[in-house]
Amino acid sequence: MAKRVRRATRRAVLGGLAGTAALAAAYPLRAAPSGAPVRIGSTLALTGPLAQTSLIHKAVGEIYVELLNKKDGLLGRPVEWVLLDDQSKPDVARTLYEKLVTVDKVDLIIGPYATGNILAAMGVAQRYGKMLIQHTFGLPHLAKYEMQFPSSPIGPEPNKTAPIPVFDLLQKSKTPPKTIAVVASKFPSTHFIAQGFRAEAEKRKIKEVVYLEYEFGTRDWGAIAARVKDAKADFLYCGALGIESVQLLDALKKIDYAPPRHYHQFTAPGPLMNAAEGNHALAYTYFEEHEPFTSRPGAKEMLPLYRDKAKAMGIPYPFFDFQAAASGTAWQLLEAAVVATKSLDDKKMAAWLKGAQLDTLMGKLRFDGPNNHGPDLSVVKQVIDKKWVVVWPENVAGAKAVLP
Amino acid sequence: MPSFTLLGQALVSGVLIGGLYGLLGLGLTLSWGLLHLINIAYFGLAFLSAYLTYHLGEVYHLPPWYAAALLVPAFFAAGVALHWTLARFRVAGLVSLLVTFGLIVVVEAVIQIVWTADFRKLELPYLTASAKLGPVYLPYMELTAFLIAAALAAGAWAVLRYTYFGKAVRAAAEEPSMAAAYGINHRANALLIAGLCAASAAVAGIFIALTTTLAPSQMFAWFGVVFAVVIIGGLGNPLGALVAGVLIGVAESMTMALIAPAWAPVVAFSLLIALLIWQPRWL
Repeated sequence: MAKRVRRATRRAVLGGLAGTAALAAAYPLRAAPSGAPVRIGSTLALTGPLAQTSLIHKAVGEIYVELLNKKDGLLGRPVEWVLLDDQSKPDVARTLYEKLVTVDKVDLIIGPYATGNILAAMGVAQRYGKMLIQHTFGLPHLAKYEMQFPSSPIGPEPNKTAPIPVFDLLQKSKTPPKTIAVVASKFPSTHFIAQGFRAEAEKRKIKEVVYLEYEFGTRDWGAIAARVKDAKADFLYCGALGIESVQLLDALKKIDYAPPRHYHQFTAPGPLMNAAEGNHALAYTYFEEHEPFTSRPGAKEMLPLYRDKAKAMGIPYPFFDFQAAASGTAWQLLEAAVVATKSLDDKKMAAWLKGAQLDTLMGKLRFDGPNNHGPDLSVVKQVIDKKWVVVWPENVAGAKAVLP
Repeated sequence: MPSFTLLGQALVSGVLIGGLYGLLGLGLTLSWGLLHLINIAYFGLAFLSAYLTYHLGEVYHLPPWYAAALLVPAFFAAGVALHWTLARFRVAGLVSLLVTFGLIVVVEAVIQIVWTADFRKLELPYLTASAKLGPVYLPYMELTAFLIAAALAAGAWAVLRYTYFGKAVRAAAEEPSMAAAYGINHRANALLIAGLCAASAAVAGIFIALTTTLAPSQMFAWFGVVFAVVIIGGLGNPLGALVAGVLIGVAESMTMALIAPAWAPVVAFSLLIALLIWQPRWL
């Protein structure tokens, strides 16, 4: 047993060294790439309800490919990103990945945005034996394909691990919450994690005073807000997607209620940060624009480029947050795998990634756990003075949490 | 047992969202009932108006009433032009549904090109202000939207019922050739109705910008419920659309308050199915 542990440790160290070397090798300036391009295919939800976040992934992907081509591309060849619009629909994503592999005959593929579309792409990748690095798959227990790799370190059981830092933070405050109101979207990944928050609250003897599920696309938040106000919970957990957090807080403000503390699962960072009622909102993240995150590999190079690109693309929230970092990390993993194996062979790259430990924008990633997931590296951020700052755990916090 | 405050607040919320449903359904019901065009392009026009209101407010710092002064006549003209084009190519019935759906897709693409797919929200202090009536809060913007929706619906109903123009339009909707024989200029009247429908879409869009967060694809989220409103309210019946909007809004809101928010979307269509089976006279 001990031997196994030692071997695992040695493998991790060697993997880490190899990964770091692969990433480091990728950065120095070299001669311009030449020859036939390495074609990397993917889809993103460029239209439809997931398009807001896909814009971030598009911006980061374009920057990364540009940076690659300014160096020596991949294997000395220029890189071409074949990007198609999956319209936020898993069935379209599946068809387009089929097309990318069988018609466009791309050399490599990279994941689309959002859980449903990633799951659709994963099936195609599995059928054709292609490695799939994906950014944001929220249901890791369903990622059974052995050649898929997540660039977001959500861990194999985010429903169990994501609530822990949040409740740890809250229970460190002078007045730990005794009651919780849970408002959760029925969107699969959000719903899955919301159940984990409920279970963790119960474990910590925090009484659930109201639990409300709503459909994705809810228009009228008035009655939901009235029920949240009526419940008078010490802590509001909002298992929301995108703009829904702001819509709920807006509706609460209209009935003159501000939850004392509130956490938002997959919120749109810009609108929540800019909304007056978003002040002191909590959320989860893996990357924010301050130390120690900005010292991670690639951050100093990517951040100013992303700011400029986001502004040029008209993205109202031009900050490099965890969505951008997840996207950048997916490209870092792909580059590292190609550089380390000196090939475009999916099986070789997947085998290498499986044993690697890589220092990336999203932190130190490993893929040695269930369904190629390493540990959950999520941290808690908060809106403080119209800016998102990590507030927990203390060793990476950019500010002290404000918990009234 | 839910408190009376909760029930009161849910009731207010349902009535007010119902006003917005009625306002959005006004153009569709008039167009469908009186012009026999299932013109769902009004959803696209409403969202275009919402984005323009946002743009005028955010970039040029123009208050929404200035936006209304600019957008309502502009959209009236656009509605006339659209109807003229549809009539020129003899688009009617189910074909109009297909053609105008295509127009929505074009409008969505244009919105996305100009404003991107990201969320847009007008941040003005008075947009979240409310009046207090006992323990219940009345958000000013939603209340204004409801009052304007009610005024427009009542005005449209009165014009259709009591004026020569209204009678002419209704006669032409019933029997165009007979109406023409009596000297009614159906084409001119139809252009006017189409212009008014588009203008009402502009008004709805202004309130969408003032009360919600915008994203291009959100226009599709209103489709189902507004269709239900138009059918339950009776085609060509502006007051019916408002009443149906309020009925659905209150039913949804009460479902959220008493049962669970997740059940609310089922309500509109359950009501629709129940009424289609029951077939009351007004339907």
